[in-house]
Amino acid sequence: MAINSSTFIRQDMLAPQPAPLGVSGASHWFRTKLFATPKDTVLTILALALLAYLVPGMINWLFIDAVWTGSDRTACATVIQGGVLPDGQSGACWAFVDAKFQQFMFGRYPLEERWRPILVAVLFVILLVPMLIPKVPHKAWNALALFIILPFISFFLLIGGFGLPHVETQLWGGLMVTLILSFFGITVSLPLGILLALGRRSQMPVIKTLCVIFIEIIRGIPLVTVLFMASVMLPLFLPNGWTFDKLLRALIGVSIFSAAYMAEVIRGGLQAIPKGQFEGADSLGLSYWQKMRLIILPQAIKLVIPSIVNTFIGLFKDTSLVSIIGMFDLLGIVTLNQSDANWSTPVTPITGYVFAGFIFWLFCFGMSRYSAFMERHLDTGHRH
Amino acid sequence: MQPAVFEQISKGSGTVTSENKTQTKVGKMKKTILSVAIGAAALGLASAASAATLDDVKAKGVVTCGVSAGIPGFSNPDDKGEWTGIDVDYCRGIAAAVFGDPTKAKFVALSSKDRFPALQSGEVDVLTRNTTWTISRDTSLGFNFRTVNYYDGQGFIVKKSLNVKSALELSGAAVCVQTGTTTELNLADYFKANNLQYNPVVFEKEADATTAYDAGRCDVYTTDQSGLYAIRLKMKNPDENMVLPEVISKEPLGPAVRQGDDKWFDVVSWVHYAMVNAEELGITSKNVDELKASGSPDIKRMLGSEEGSKIGTDLGLTNDWAYNIVKQVGNYGEVFDRTVGPNTPLKIERGLNALWTKGGLQYAPPIR
Repeated sequence: MAINSSTFIRQDMLAPQPAPLGVSGASHWFRTKLFATPKDTVLTILALALLAYLVPGMINWLFIDAVWTGSDRTACATVIQGGVLPDGQSGACWAFVDAKFQQFMFGRYPLEERWRPILVAVLFVILLVPMLIPKVPHKAWNALALFIILPFISFFLLIGGFGLPHVETQLWGGLMVTLILSFFGITVSLPLGILLALGRRSQMPVIKTLCVIFIEIIRGIPLVTVLFMASVMLPLFLPNGWTFDKLLRALIGVSIFSAAYMAEVIRGGLQAIPKGQFEGADSLGLSYWQKMRLIILPQAIKLVIPSIVNTFIGLFKDTSLVSIIGMFDLLGIVTLNQSDANWSTPVTPITGYVFAGFIFWLFCFGMSRYSAFMERHLDTGHRH
Repeated sequence: MQPAVFEQISKGSGTVTSENKTQTKVGKMKKTILSVAIGAAALGLASAASAATLDDVKAKGVVTCGVSAGIPGFSNPDDKGEWTGIDVDYCRGIAAAVFGDPTKAKFVALSSKDRFPALQSGEVDVLTRNTTWTISRDTSLGFNFRTVNYYDGQGFIVKKSLNVKSALELSGAAVCVQTGTTTELNLADYFKANNLQYNPVVFEKEADATTAYDAGRCDVYTTDQSGLYAIRLKMKNPDENMVLPEVISKEPLGPAVRQGDDKWFDVVSWVHYAMVNAEELGITSKNVDELKASGSPDIKRMLGSEEGSKIGTDLGLTNDWAYNIVKQVGNYGEVFDRTVGPNTPLKIERGLNALWTKGGLQYAPPIR
């Protein structure tokens, strides 16, 4: 009876109620995020005004007034400029990008041979995607195929040999060169950078000195200078008729450069590892390389992922410097094509740069997002 | 080989010493190192210059030309990525003369800084890159110039609303000009020589200067004439502007080769002369076959259909060298019209580049 008399006690759980309107929903979000204080309100209104001022113009220029099809400059020029558009209209000339798109991708690679870079790109994607997804097994084989076998196959596919016609690197260009330079640079600079960083922290004086000298010299010279020296001075010192392939010069320049920067990034990671980790590894009787491979480097590299990706992104954008040595990367080929009088209009140069900027942004943003994903994925139990 | 090496090294150090007379003792050690380096560079030059480029080109099966990295109408890529332009066609003419095939020309895009080392080192066989023929380039840089495939010169573009017909009426005008260039100096010289006042508005970059002119910050813009034609295409309203007839500087643009290789120099020069002679004789790529069989003795001699002619073989080529140039590339007028002339967006008048018989400067020695 005593139990039954306690009827004031609820027998079932109270169903959850939606939060009161004041602390949830759109109005709450607006109130707390945009109009919390008078200062916030003013800033919000200013920002909205700025967007209202800029965005319609941009959308208009990029899409609405833009020209999408055409075969020469008349499509993008107004009547007084010798074209067909009504006077006063100004929009992006996407027809220019459309006409030059193949060049922007492959440079002056011969038309009938363009299946070769396309095949390389397909192979690259097929190998890269499983590499990037952590759940896919056989990472070691995948890495071997992507970083060792693929570069070899690509080299012969792109340059020729084994029955394929020779295509000299002079003709390579566009996004293809940008990606080759960055992929090669990234693939070489990370292991080389790790070795240099370990060397710099080594107890052996000769190795340590050599690594310090290498890193400090390379970091002390601008990349432009190295590329310029390689292109202008080097041919004068080589015997007549010897020419060092320009792409090779650029590849070497770019990768040793990023290796020096990478070394310092990795060294930062190594220094952040507590002494106990080293001592712990030693007490287990691990050799130097076992200690580094199993204990230290996995932790150190994880710590500096943002900096590593930062270096990669910097490297990706630095590749555009090769246009000063007469190689036409994406930006170089866009600039080169602005000299085509058949497409010369007031809007052509800007359109070309917007396109190149968008492609660069796409790749850099992709790298940045992936690194953020990897940080979360690897963040296992290290929150203090 | 040894004495030659030492001679080159001492030559190198000689050059350095004369250039650095004011240097103190501190620099002496550096100078020695530098002189060895330059001597080594000179060695490269010497071996490059003494080589028979024509034989090398024939052995390689391709002629390598240095061209600009994009000057409208001179060398720029078309939609397919093929190089086009008057400088490019000159190079194709050389390939046609040597191999009978204009596609056996390879192009190396060079910036204005890269171009001379590239020719000196033998990276390119000939520089057909919008290069002004000057005495210092002909002598101290060690190149040879002979033909001019485009006579350029600094000119003015003005707003039509100014109602100016001649540069001499420009007194008091605001002139947009790129700073730090010979253009700026030529401008000052010209106005001073003609006792005219002007108000220079200088810009660091060419693009800024043209934008400022287009926006109405100045009345006149000055640069090389071929550049003025290209700039019109980028203007918001080109019809409100006109190019004045005056040309205030001489910019003879032509191919350069290394000194000390007369045979190759002859080939490169006579390619241009053959194109000019072809225009003068009325030979075009369309009627060349017909004229080869039935033309006047002059024409037959040039096209190699005259009995017992040795003109082509004496040049180190085949006797149909000129026929190949005209047939596959065209005469000078055809090339001009196709690359920069009235049928292109540039619409450049022949002007100084008309034949000498039509009031221009293009004059070729006879082929005889």
